[in-house]
Amino acid sequence: MDNSHFFVTGDPMIYGADVSIILVSLAIIIYLTYFKKWGWLWREWITTVDHKKIGIMYLLSSLLMLFRGGVDAVLMRIQLAVPNSHFLASEHYNEIFTTHGTIMILFMAMPFMFALFNMVVPLQIGARDVAYPFLNAVSFWLFFLGAMLLNISFVIGGSPNAGWLSYAPLSENDFSPGPGQNFWIWGIQISGIGSLMTGINFVVTILKMRTPTMRLRDMPLFSWSVLASSIAILGVFPIFTATLAMLTIDRLLGGHFFTMTGGGNPMMWVNLIWMWGHPEVYIVVLPAFGVFSEIVATFSKKRIFGYASMVFSMIAISIVSYYTWVHHFFTMGAGANVNIVFAICTMIIAIPTGVKVFNWLFTMYRGRIRITQPMLWFMAFVPCFLVGGATGVMLAAAPADYQYHNSYFLIAHFHQVLIGGVVFGYLAGMYYWFPKIFGIKLNERLGKWAFWTWQIGFYVCFMPQYALGFMGMTRRMYTYNSTMGWDMGWAPLNMISTVGAFLMGIGFIFQVWQILYSIKHGERDVTGDAWDGRTLEWSIPSPPPVYNFAILPVVKGRDAWWYQKQEMQKGSYQKEAVKYEPIHMPNNSGIPFLMAVCFFIAGFGFTFEWWWMGIAGLIGVFITLFARSFQYNTDHFISVEEIERTENALRNHGSIHRTAN
Amino acid sequence: MSQTISAHVSDQNHGHVDQEGLKTLGFWIFLVTDCLLFATFFAAYAVLRTHTEGGFSAKDFNVPNFIIETFILLTSSFTSGLAVLSMHKGNKKGLIRWLIITLLLGAAFVGLEVKEFADLAAEGATISRSAFLTSFFALVGTHGAHVTFGIFWMIGILFQLSKRGITPVTTRKVSLVSLYWHFLDAVWIFILTVVYLMGVM
Ligand code: HEM
Ligand SMILES: [Cu+2]
Repeated sequence: MDNSHFFVTGDPMIYGADVSIILVSLAIIIYLTYFKKWGWLWREWITTVDHKKIGIMYLLSSLLMLFRGGVDAVLMRIQLAVPNSHFLASEHYNEIFTTHGTIMILFMAMPFMFALFNMVVPLQIGARDVAYPFLNAVSFWLFFLGAMLLNISFVIGGSPNAGWLSYAPLSENDFSPGPGQNFWIWGIQISGIGSLMTGINFVVTILKMRTPTMRLRDMPLFSWSVLASSIAILGVFPIFTATLAMLTIDRLLGGHFFTMTGGGNPMMWVNLIWMWGHPEVYIVVLPAFGVFSEIVATFSKKRIFGYASMVFSMIAISIVSYYTWVHHFFTMGAGANVNIVFAICTMIIAIPTGVKVFNWLFTMYRGRIRITQPMLWFMAFVPCFLVGGATGVMLAAAPADYQYHNSYFLIAHFHQVLIGGVVFGYLAGMYYWFPKIFGIKLNERLGKWAFWTWQIGFYVCFMPQYALGFMGMTRRMYTYNSTMGWDMGWAPLNMISTVGAFLMGIGFIFQVWQILYSIKHGERDVTGDAWDGRTLEWSIPSPPPVYNFAILPVVKGRDAWWYQKQEMQKGSYQKEAVKYEPIHMPNNSGIPFLMAVCFFIAGFGFTFEWWWMGIAGLIGVFITLFARSFQYNTDHFISVEEIERTENALRNHGSIHRTAN
Repeated sequence: MSQTISAHVSDQNHGHVDQEGLKTLGFWIFLVTDCLLFATFFAAYAVLRTHTEGGFSAKDFNVPNFIIETFILLTSSFTSGLAVLSMHKGNKKGLIRWLIITLLLGAAFVGLEVKEFADLAAEGATISRSAFLTSFFALVGTHGAHVTFGIFWMIGILFQLSKRGITPVTTRKVSLVSLYWHFLDAVWIFILTVVYLMGVM
């Protein structure tokens, strides 16, 4: 491989990026050194195994990645705004849509989802942490360093450019020489292993760590959605790992899994990657559904309509989603019968999804609705997802798909479900649980500005793209010709679309401003129950103490906290005598971080085909595994006195009600 | 195992979850996902089995070699079972002895596999010769890498056993490594059938 261009050169934007990366890194280092924060960073964050802190780190990283992916998106839209544009070269455009797609799905949506898993699930099921807190930290650091590995590619070695799913044979050595493609492989391989472990972690957490009195059928719907999503992770991430390993074997060892020569089968790549890829989009959307179920119930002051059908439809979605992957390449020519099966399976998914939408609407029906920020995002989600779903069913009609396959119609469709479903859902979740995790309500006014710029921007950006698709504009097209006269071809709609992208960018800036502003001046939540909530997470102070629940809550049915509040109001609530017991908690550990660093070194080495470095990194991984295996002193107890002290301090601070006392 | 779990059950009411039981459950789930990983390699093998490009084909496998490999691995699975039995009897010496025998057999298996691969490569049947060989080396090599990992894991556990004896924690670790070992045995039976036996037949 040609390693002569270790640093990417020649493009002024890259130099700009180089300079800003160096400046930001320097600023961070100077800040940490000047304020003597290194120890704090290590003790409080890098070594933490606390699910709440890990959740916060996931949230921060995913917002950062939303920014990076958003910059990519805006660059592409600038390029497409006018015909015959020379803003980006074709090669550069390819790189940008590749990193945009990869980052948005794997390094924005996934970690945002894991942020919500971590911040909410243990609190909602009355647990003190996840089942494997150490593993949870490993997952986070694998994600983070995997993401960093992909992200450095644009200044070191060069970005991948074969598309977000890097179809073979384009992604093979013959057509994509150089380290870019390897960055893609190793970045998502490393973070994918982390995702798989998170899947295992949350399945076990939900099955085994619920407070003993909470039956599965009393479990809040968000936790159910996490279970469904985690089970889907277990089902498909192993395929992902194996498929990436096969591409690695092809590229690193000269194998022939997916090559054009040597008997390889490129279509096998497309099948395998979509066997993971399609369920993956349901993996990210199911928790968004879960978020909405919580929000709608809380802000309609009603229990959710059709709880059982909600659970059932989530499970149906996660199962049927395994059998739809071929809809991404109907045009492959698998034959009419195969296409029919997959087309029908795809359409079937619309049914449980529709059930869920109706259940949310029925929950709102005759509810006492409060239009808060989370609720706004829910109400934006419904029409957006509806249209996105409807165009999805159009795309699922196999014969028709021959027309709009890979056109801008498709781009508009999947952004509508990914933004309208996933991003709106997670943002709603962030607004909803922010007061829980940080004890701060996010500012309404700025939030509304953000909301409306996002909404308007969204439709302005993506509605024209449906039309562009019908006009024949295909995806991944870096420029187009202009037509003179009245009919200006694709130009006007593209210009409008770009304006929309900028509006969404402004919406994002409003949100960053909103968060920073609220941290400084925002309304503090001292009740622990910022929204008059229904589920257990609202029964403890905000932010919760390390151990979450001083005494494990007793659950008598669904919406446990809501009914307890009602009993408390009626005066019929039986206070149990408070008797604390020592709480068993895991110790912090630096090993997860070190392990991920070793993975990073291995990935970097193999990316440049520096075998010595790759193997050294892997040996490092084994050493950290061994070190962990020999660690026996991994937990501690929080003493009763300390619990009492913490609880009293929290109570004096103003929190009024607490579950167990 | 059952002992340690029941010893913790009463704790559970106070919110102390049975750690060893949890880890065992997690490991079972991990094995399921590992199964799917192998299934993917099997699927690729099934697709590419006939793509030999006129080179080495599945008919040409060295029969005695894979029969001996199978024999060794099955025996090691048996001895790892004996190790667990000794552990349940509280017999630390027996446990350590059987574990050492198991890992030596495992090493012999890996050695034979490496020899097989080296012989193939010497014949020109390398991983880049044909898609068939790529998928073969990937599938069998992934299994071999798992066995190698298991050997190192057992060595780690042996040190812990000799230092700490049979405790709830080491009991769980030995149970898991032997579970892992049986799992690899089961995967090997599939490899034996699908790759070797169906190949030479
Ligand atoms: C925030 C506003 C966004 C804008 C303006 C935007 C814009 C774009 C554009 C212009 C493309 C390239 C189309 C082409 O040339 O083929 C694209 C591709 C893509 N986007 Fe976005 N995007 C946005 C958000 C998102 C989000 C939130 C996700 C996922 C969660 C996402 C996932 C993707 C994927 C997977 C691709 C395909 C990449 C490929 O062709 O390999 N986008 N987007
Ligand atoms: Cu799909």
